[in-house]
Amino acid sequence: MADLLFNLLLSVDATFRVATPLVLCAMAGLFAERSGVVDIGLEGKMLAAAFAAAAVAAVTNSAWLALGAGMAVSVALALLHGFACITHRGDQVVSGVAINILVSGLTVVLGIAWFARGGQTPSVGNEARFTPINWPGAEALADVPVIGGLYSELLSGHNLLVYVAFLIVPLTWWIVYRTRFGLRLRAVGENPNAVDTAGISVSGLRYAAMGCCGLLCGIAGTYLSIAQNAAFVRDMTAGQGYIALAAMIFGKWRPVPAMLACLMFGFLDAVAIRLQGVVVPVIGPIPVQLIQALPYVLTVVLLAGFIGKAVAPKASGIPYVKER
Amino acid sequence: MSDPEIQNQDDVRSLGTDAPPAIELRDINKSFGPVRANKNVCLSVKPGAIHGIIGENGAGKSTLMSILYGFYEADSGEILIGGKPATIRSSRDAISAGIGMVHQHFMLVDNMSVVENIMLGAESGAILTSSVAAARAELERLERDYSLDVDPDALAGDLPVGQQQRVEILKALYRGAEILILDEPTGVLTPQETDQLFRILDSLRKQGVTIVLITHKLREIMAVTDDVSVMRGGEMIAHRETAQTNKEELAELMVGRKVLLSLDKAAPQAGETVLAVEGLTFVDKAGVPRVDNISFSVRAGEIVGIAGVSGNGQSELLELLSGVRPVTAGGFSLMGERFSASRRLDPAKMRDLKVAHVPEDRLRSGLVRTFAAEESAVLGYHRDAAYNGAVFTKRDAIQQDCATKMTDFDVRPPNPKLKTANFSGGNQQKLVLAREISRDPRLLLVGQPTRGVDIGAIEFIHRNIVAMRDAGSAVLLVSVELDEIMSLSDRILVMFEGRIVGEVPAHEADERLLGLMMANAAPERSEAAG
Repeated sequence: MADLLFNLLLSVDATFRVATPLVLCAMAGLFAERSGVVDIGLEGKMLAAAFAAAAVAAVTNSAWLALGAGMAVSVALALLHGFACITHRGDQVVSGVAINILVSGLTVVLGIAWFARGGQTPSVGNEARFTPINWPGAEALADVPVIGGLYSELLSGHNLLVYVAFLIVPLTWWIVYRTRFGLRLRAVGENPNAVDTAGISVSGLRYAAMGCCGLLCGIAGTYLSIAQNAAFVRDMTAGQGYIALAAMIFGKWRPVPAMLACLMFGFLDAVAIRLQGVVVPVIGPIPVQLIQALPYVLTVVLLAGFIGKAVAPKASGIPYVKER
Repeated sequence: MSDPEIQNQDDVRSLGTDAPPAIELRDINKSFGPVRANKNVCLSVKPGAIHGIIGENGAGKSTLMSILYGFYEADSGEILIGGKPATIRSSRDAISAGIGMVHQHFMLVDNMSVVENIMLGAESGAILTSSVAAARAELERLERDYSLDVDPDALAGDLPVGQQQRVEILKALYRGAEILILDEPTGVLTPQETDQLFRILDSLRKQGVTIVLITHKLREIMAVTDDVSVMRGGEMIAHRETAQTNKEELAELMVGRKVLLSLDKAAPQAGETVLAVEGLTFVDKAGVPRVDNISFSVRAGEIVGIAGVSGNGQSELLELLSGVRPVTAGGFSLMGERFSASRRLDPAKMRDLKVAHVPEDRLRSGLVRTFAAEESAVLGYHRDAAYNGAVFTKRDAIQQDCATKMTDFDVRPPNPKLKTANFSGGNQQKLVLAREISRDPRLLLVGQPTRGVDIGAIEFIHRNIVAMRDAGSAVLLVSVELDEIMSLSDRILVMFEGRIVGEVPAHEADERLLGLMMANAAPERSEAAG
């Protein structure tokens, strides 16, 4: 029993680590889509940021410079998406996919050109990473039943970016529902005409939203390469951008439900890792592939059947053209 | 009365000499490519007056107001607000010059509350809490001063249209508008809501607000305005004091020729029953009965009009009868052939039975925008032997056919090769009508025959519908325009929430009675009328 509890605790603990990039990306997507820009390029932005962060960390040995580089690259791509979709009213899905494909190839090409390791970046030492922060007293409390486990395992011992990600959720909520920017953001995704006639620039708002989106994807990518791992590996995002997008839709474009959806996907992922090699009576060991596929299968099932009526922002995906 | 055409611009500027005019436009020009939407337009609006601007679709009214509200910039010309030159490049400039606009299509965010909608773009700070409090207080004051009641916490999308319009007016007033422009404000309102709106406008005028009312409805101009300006073909044709003009003169100015506003038609010669509807019901996906157990009949040689505020099941009824939607329960008979949930009517079968259908929304279901006119003119009849050879279609026959229809129905320009989208709304509608009428149908189902159509074309379309009736066809007319229903129909049925709530013979109908029935507020009428 205690063993099971401990395993569960470790799974939940792992959930936070796995869900961090999902949460960040989901919030990024939320800003974009609330403003009326569909962003299927979350994946590409995150991948580009991961590469930029790992490359800068390898060269400068500074985690903070790496974070800055990750965010800068991601914001640049977000603005490129904006330039195509907002200024030139291009198709938002096409632009997003183009960014994903571009980044997927470009990171490998640049990686080979700069580091000659088959597309990987050199491993960086802990001084150039975001490493786990142990909260005061975590060691001492570790053996206290229940509370000790919760405190030392769940709360303490994550790296800075995990905490940042989960603080960004209430921050996003506050921005979207309690600030002027949020009011306008919600309005521009629903009815850009209303915003335009109120004397506010539709493009300006959408660019600002893309900026927020880029920043958050940048943090997510940085987390992947120099906090969760210690180097960039080709295609290391492995579809997490899409899962984040799914989680955001699952959360009906609202911050807290979107975060919960991310945690659910994260938890499945964490459980899948724990289940590897577990022998089930009669059936025998569960095939690794099946377990690895579980989160994706569940994503499809949940999205297809359980999401209920998800009403997207009305103007989402539609370029704004002034009347006539 | 002098010839209205020879009103010169000096006259225009001499209107309202006591105080500087609230709005003065001088020689405004605006072109879109080769189209000159506004040509040397001058306008002077007295402060504290209701000034009507009337004109056909495409006369340049909306362009002019869009220039005033900063949507477009004029190519040349001057704008003076309260006697001072103003540069208006954006809506923001217009708002700060004290101009507010109530658009034809409301500019509301449906899933936000009334308060949020009103303060959008005019928040008092970066954090909403204080803005909301300020907006609420100001809103209460405005509601008190102008007696504009709206629940500030209701979601904008949940409000009825009349209330949504008030929110739009409040939005403008909240931004300190002293000049209020209303673009076709009554298109979506019931007659009662229209009366309420006019009362609101009157009280705004008493408080010193200047109002510009854009419309193509002569009745409204006569009912509320102090002055009226007429536009035609991008030019300002005339200015009148409303008290010194009349509908006939204004209609003539708008169209450029004499227009018969009332339709002379002989008494109907009703024959055998062509359409009999019995307990027809349609339930939509959400389980809402859109058409609820309706029964009525239409006989040859009569026009039956279906009145109702848009969205009360008329569209669905028309789609059921034309085989576009499947029937849920009940059924109907066309020329004695019965259709029901188990025996579906499809549009091809419908045409075989000589039933013609002019759909409500010509661009969605009547025409294909990107087709040449000649192609649009055979849609639905494209299997006809006259248009087809053994393998290929007969392009020449189709073109010839379209050219004939264009001459018969005065479609301009009469060019069968021109893309459908490049015709004006009225000409597109004439093309659809030509296609459907020219085969002598036994029954014509027609929805909103004159939506977005100019007054001149309306006259033409109405005449053709009556001519069809006189030739012995049955006509079922669905329209949200009461004037149209009243002038065309021989019998009027009123729909409310999917049910027929009353039937009135045309000669007994008046606007007030129909309006009350449309809002389902009429006193119970005896069945004798039906």
